[in-house]
Amino acid sequence: MSHFDLAVVLGGEFRDWLLAGFVLSLQLTLVTLLLALPLATATALCRLSALSPLRGLGFTLVEGVRNIPLLVHLMAWYFAVPELLPDAARVWLYDHGAESICAVCALTLYTSAYMAEDIRSGIRSVPVTQLEAARALGFGYLPSMRRVVLPQAVRITVPPLISQTLSLWKNTSIATVIGTAELMYQAQRVETASFRGAETFGVTTLAYLAVSLLITVLAAVYQHRWPVRAS
Amino acid sequence: VSGLVDTYWLYFLVGQYPHGPLGGLALTVLLGSSALVLALPLGVLLGLARISNWRLLRWPVTALVHVVRGTPLLMVIFWAYFFLPGLTGQKTSQFSTMLAALVIFNGAYLAEIVRAGIQGVPRGQMECARSLGLGYAAAMRHVILPQAGRNMLPSLVNQFVTTLKETSLGYIIGLSELSFIGSQINIQVMTRPVAVYGFVAVSYFVLCFGLSRLAYAIETRLARDRPAAALHSA
Repeated sequence: MSHFDLAVVLGGEFRDWLLAGFVLSLQLTLVTLLLALPLATATALCRLSALSPLRGLGFTLVEGVRNIPLLVHLMAWYFAVPELLPDAARVWLYDHGAESICAVCALTLYTSAYMAEDIRSGIRSVPVTQLEAARALGFGYLPSMRRVVLPQAVRITVPPLISQTLSLWKNTSIATVIGTAELMYQAQRVETASFRGAETFGVTTLAYLAVSLLITVLAAVYQHRWPVRAS
Repeated sequence: VSGLVDTYWLYFLVGQYPHGPLGGLALTVLLGSSALVLALPLGVLLGLARISNWRLLRWPVTALVHVVRGTPLLMVIFWAYFFLPGLTGQKTSQFSTMLAALVIFNGAYLAEIVRAGIQGVPRGQMECARSLGLGYAAAMRHVILPQAGRNMLPSLVNQFVTTLKETSLGYIIGLSELSFIGSQINIQVMTRPVAVYGFVAVSYFVLCFGLSRLAYAIETRLARDRPAAALHSA
């Protein structure tokens, strides 16, 4: 093996490939986060609902999704779900980057199941008397959730949600199995083309670590700036 | 679906065994449990180092744990895949590659579970053991770790579930575990992806959901037994 030379992968087209992968990984993370948060909130509210069918639905969704590996989710969305679509929709999907769309679907579902549990325990940590007081003042269920319970739950919920975002960032790497051209996919591509395994994986690892570190710092800053108030 | 099951059930359960290497569901369970069993001692050592008074030990191990936890498992698998053969000087099988990656990765996660478990034991326990004349190692082994182990049990079972799910990444380096076998069957059958992947998903679900329920049951039981235990130690 020739000597370690970072310049090979940090210049020319290899750099462009890795950079494109890095950008797509970030985009996957952000889009998934934006879609997963409302879905997770809805699931958490279902699980806390007084109506047992809704609770059952929430439970099934969370347990069903969390107990299946992300890799299987990705393969199912990419290989199986399009078979269930009408022909026109399938053609549209393959014309519009099925790899990325399916990756976002799988990641969103997977992440939201985990986030739902964090949101649920955040909401549960707000004393039930808060909800009762709001209801007694004449707020409906949804307004009292929105104006009274959720704002208090947010402080408790945000730190675990940030750590779920860190998992999400790392999980985007698995999308390489369905050929989504994110960072890990591009790293394999550069490695195959350049035969520079150590350099390629070194740079890729650093890129993953840099964003992970950033998210970790963000969590620390949040907890310092907005600590959980003792109730 | 029943036609598929009739044709492929044995392949799905054990791969090509006994005419070839073990695979399928059996390999997934074997890989997941050996990874966790081997990662446990590593996790205990790293966890102890994380709370050591000796900075020369604490700082590098803390850095290592953070680096591994900030890296995707897939990255660790690729490092193992490309550099284990050079390191050991011989061709490494996919199973050993995957096992090595999982042990390192889970070691770092278990370290945090062990650390939390130990820190969950009241400080007085250590002080008491030391003042009774036990050395640090003996106090750890006979007094702290048994109590910490109890606290850690639900997290350990959950980590086992995570590990079982992580074994599916063996697919990427061509290890014939459950999801790899699933996609092989899908390629052979061609026309039934929904049934095949649905079946793979259900298999993982049964395995992992059963174990998560076990973790939940242990947690409930420990919570119920706690008042009595506290009374004893007081």
